This record gives sequence, C-alpha cells and structure tokens, in this order.
Amino acid sequence: MAAVAGSETIRRGRAPGRVGNAIFRGVSSSAGITIVVLLGLVAAFLVYRAVPALLATREELADVGFMRGQSLLGYVAPLAFGTVLSSVIALVVAVPLSIGIALFISHYAPRRLAQGLGYLVDLLAAIPSVIFGLWGLQFLQPLVGPLFQWLSDHMGWFPPFSGYVGPAKNIMTAGLVLAVMILPIITATIREVFLQTPRLHEEASLALGATRWEMIRQAVLPFGRSGIISAAMLGMGRALGETMAVLMVLAPGFAMNLYVLRPGQHQSIAANIANQFPEAGALGADVLIATGLFLFLLTFAVNLAARWVINRRAEFSGAN
Amino acid sequence: MSKRIDVSDLDVYYGDFLAVEGVTMTIEARSITALIGPSGCGKSTFLRTLNRMHEVIPGARVEGKAVMDGVDLYGKHVDPVEVRRQIGMVFQRPNPFPTMSIADNVLAGVKLNNRRLPRSEQEEIVERALTGANLWNEVKDRLNRPGSSLSGGQQQRLCIARAIAVRPQVLLMDEPCSALDPISTLAIEDLMNELKDDYTIVIVTHNMQQAARVSDRTGFFNIAGTGKPGRLIEIDDTSVMFSSPSQKATEDYISGRFG
Repeated sequence: MAAVAGSETIRRGRAPGRVGNAIFRGVSSSAGITIVVLLGLVAAFLVYRAVPALLATREELADVGFMRGQSLLGYVAPLAFGTVLSSVIALVVAVPLSIGIALFISHYAPRRLAQGLGYLVDLLAAIPSVIFGLWGLQFLQPLVGPLFQWLSDHMGWFPPFSGYVGPAKNIMTAGLVLAVMILPIITATIREVFLQTPRLHEEASLALGATRWEMIRQAVLPFGRSGIISAAMLGMGRALGETMAVLMVLAPGFAMNLYVLRPGQHQSIAANIANQFPEAGALGADVLIATGLFLFLLTFAVNLAARWVINRRAEFSGAN
Repeated sequence: MSKRIDVSDLDVYYGDFLAVEGVTMTIEARSITALIGPSGCGKSTFLRTLNRMHEVIPGARVEGKAVMDGVDLYGKHVDPVEVRRQIGMVFQRPNPFPTMSIADNVLAGVKLNNRRLPRSEQEEIVERALTGANLWNEVKDRLNRPGSSLSGGQQQRLCIARAIAVRPQVLLMDEPCSALDPISTLAIEDLMNELKDDYTIVIVTHNMQQAARVSDRTGFFNIAGTGKPGRLIEIDDTSVMFSSPSQKATEDYISGRFG
C-alpha cells in the first residue's frame, strides 16, 4: 500500500473519476430530456394542427368531402373502433403464439436450434411493412378465404363470423397480417424475460417434483407476467399505428360492428390518414391530423392501462 | 414417512469430467446426516444426485446405485419427478416463489399432486407445514402477503415448510444456513432437530460446528487436487468423527489445518 506515492493521505481536490461521472450524467440526462422534448414536440404539432379541425363549425366540416357531413367525433369514432379491433385481433393471435415460441426457445429447444429460431424471429422484424402488405394481399388472402368461408358457413350462428364475402379483404385478414408483423417484437421481448427467470426459482419448482410444464407455470410464467404485458403493449403500439399493411389488405368502411369477416366495414386511423391525405384540402388535412392526435391519445391510454395492470401486483412481481 | 437410502459405488459425471467418485454410504432414516468438506469436494453435487436435481445441468449423469425402499433411484423406469416428490430439497439461498403469497408458497408442491383441494384442507396443510417449520406464529396473520416480504431466515423456514408440506420421505438441505444470520441459523438448527423425528435429513454444510451440533452422522468429502474427482473419505457417527476419526485427512480438516 505504502508503495503507491501519495496514497497515505487523503488528497485535496476532486477524485479522479469525478469528471467521467459528470460527463456520463450529462449525456444520460440529456438523452432522457431529448425523448421528452421530442414527444412534446410531436404532441404540440398534433394539437396545433388539430385545433382548426377541433374548432371548425359543422358547416365548415361539411365542405370536407371525405367526412360526408359528420361531426369530427362521429368521424373519428368508427376509425378508432376499427383501429382497436384490428389490434385486438392481432394481439389475440400473436401473444399466445409468441409465448409459445418464446418458451420453446428459452426452455424446450436444444441450444443450437433455439439460437437459429431466435435469429429467424428477429429477421421477421426487419421486413418492411409494405412487404407484409403485399404478402397479406397475394398470399394470405387466398389462403384464408376458404377458411373464413367455412367459419361463416358452420359457425355463422356466432354473429361476428356471419356473412363472409370474398375476397378476404376484411378486418380479420388485416388483424392476421398485423399479428405476423408484431410477432417478432413480442417474441423477442418475452424470450428475454423468460431467460431472466432466476434459476433458483426454477430449481425450487423442480425440487418439489414439478414437471417441466408445471415448473413453467409455477416459476417462469408468473415471473414473466409483467414482461408479457409490456411485450404485448409494444406489439399493440405497433399494431395501432401500422399503416401500409392495413391500407393494402383492408377494404375500408366506417361501420362500428364486430362482423370481422365482412369486407368494407372497418378502417384504421393510420390507414385512413394515408388514404385521404393526398387529396385532402387545408381543413381536411387538419381533420386527418386531429384523428392522428386521437390515435396518439389512444396509444397513450393503452400504455397507461398496462402500467396500471403491472403495478397493481408489483408486490408479487419478484422485483423485491 | 422417512426412509433410509443405500448409496453404493456412485460416480457423478459432468460430461466426460468425473466430479465425484465411488461414494458408498448408508443414510439412516430418522436421523441427520451431515456432509462436510472443503469447497469443490463434490458434497453438494453428491447431495443433488440424491433427488436427481443434478439432471438440471446438461450433461450431468450418474453411475452406480442409490436405493431407497428397494427402488433404485436411477432405475430405468423411475421418473425423476416422482423421486423429487419423495425427496424434498432446501437450497442454499431462500427461494420462495416471489409471485406467490406465503400460503400459496406452502401449497406449491401440494397443488402439483392434487389440483383441486378443498379450502379447509388447504388451510390445514398450510397450518401444519408452517407449524412444522416453526413459522406459523410469525406469519399466521399475513398468509396472503408475498413470500418475499419475509426476512431471510423466515424465507428459509418458509422453504422448509414448502418442502415438508408434501410429506416427503427425505429432506435434503444444501447449506441451508449459509445466507442467514446466527439467530436465524439457530432457529433452523432447532427446527432440524424437531424434523428428524419424522424425516430423514441430509445436510451439506460448510460450518463444522453446525455439523457437530445438529448431525447424528457425518461424512467427510475431500478432493485430491484441482481436476481430480471428489471422494467420500469416511463417514461415521458425528461424535466419533469429531473426536477420533480414522483418517488423517479428516482429522486435519476438522482441526482446521486446511479447508
């Protein structure tokens, strides 16, 4: 110890690591501030551009051709409904599938297969959405058509499945394409969470005489619960805002119903903006941006709800 | 409840690496057998083979026999899941399920065997197991709180309650007190003394005083050098082992000359 010169006494001035510490604090704080500012700017833009549409009188709005004489709220409501419906379909399909894939990768597959499969799933995330749209249009649609027909014929007593009309340019097909699109992000997130399950808890379960599946239900799934919800929210965020694929696959409509197999019933906010924007006038553009603001708020609300669900059982999360 | 295990000529491999070699011992029913030895001597590895927990590690395998109740634990048609339901385990660090309440933790193993258990029966099991683990009085008013809300020593006793709730034949304890303070350690040791009336207990411990205090028989494991397999040097009544062991290495270890 004494061999190090000057180490016997406490030195005056700042300790050597101080500068690096200050720099790092600056960098990470500004990164944190940047995201808040960016979000604020986007929100401000949306609000600023939406105000004319929000304040416009009925007569002024009547001049906007694509609104067909509706009030702003009356125009947004079916779009929001279609947006949520397509996302819910996507989540219902994608989340269980993702959990299955993630479990297979994290707990069942031999290591090398798991790795390959992991890469494959990640690769799905790199495909542009326009390709997914084309795929949905050219490949998925003819494929699911007969299936939907069968569903409609045999389970038509269940109203949502009634009245299928081909080709399958309905919200169900759109939801399925969205499901495939959000699969990678959900799977990747859940897989990471499952891999984080403490070995101690897995062993506790196995030592009680649990089979692998029982161990997964006892230790892995409960531990991953908040992660699964977060992953689903990430996926839902993407599904809510997805434009291109929905635009290409879905025959739009402005109804609010659950006839998921009928074409021309629903439309999503994002796809509608893309669809109408090129021909929209000044106030028309503002109206579309107002619907965008609504989508922004919707996504925000969904995320808040998810936070709330997670925090409600924070005590039992395993994080303490 | 409570059975003896006869281990004969047991080798443990991790892949090609021989980790523990040629263990032969009898683990007596209704008694506490302590396994002591320096780090890396294979005592924990050996312990984990007794309920086939070593199989959790890829490539780990066993040669030899461990017979309980006339059944070889490694027999061809013996399911490790079944073995673990008979031979419970308590780990080095307390590991209650953080996502479960205290009561659900106790019932975790019971529910594996028996999904639909009437509520009254569940409550009965929870009380019996927690009482058996000397924890009932401390937690009876907060059975619905998360298991992770307890102190370390309480968590470990909760894990013991969880293990004994399924009424196993044997209880394996892998350094159960090494993460606990002296008071909690004492509580666990007292508990072990009570439990041995009903259970066969095998404990791995780094703490020789603990082995001397709680166990009826003590086995000493040692390792000749890095990369060499661990071996059981000798096993005898604890009083003999700590006063006049027959092997020089045992005496050296016990008297603190190495390890």
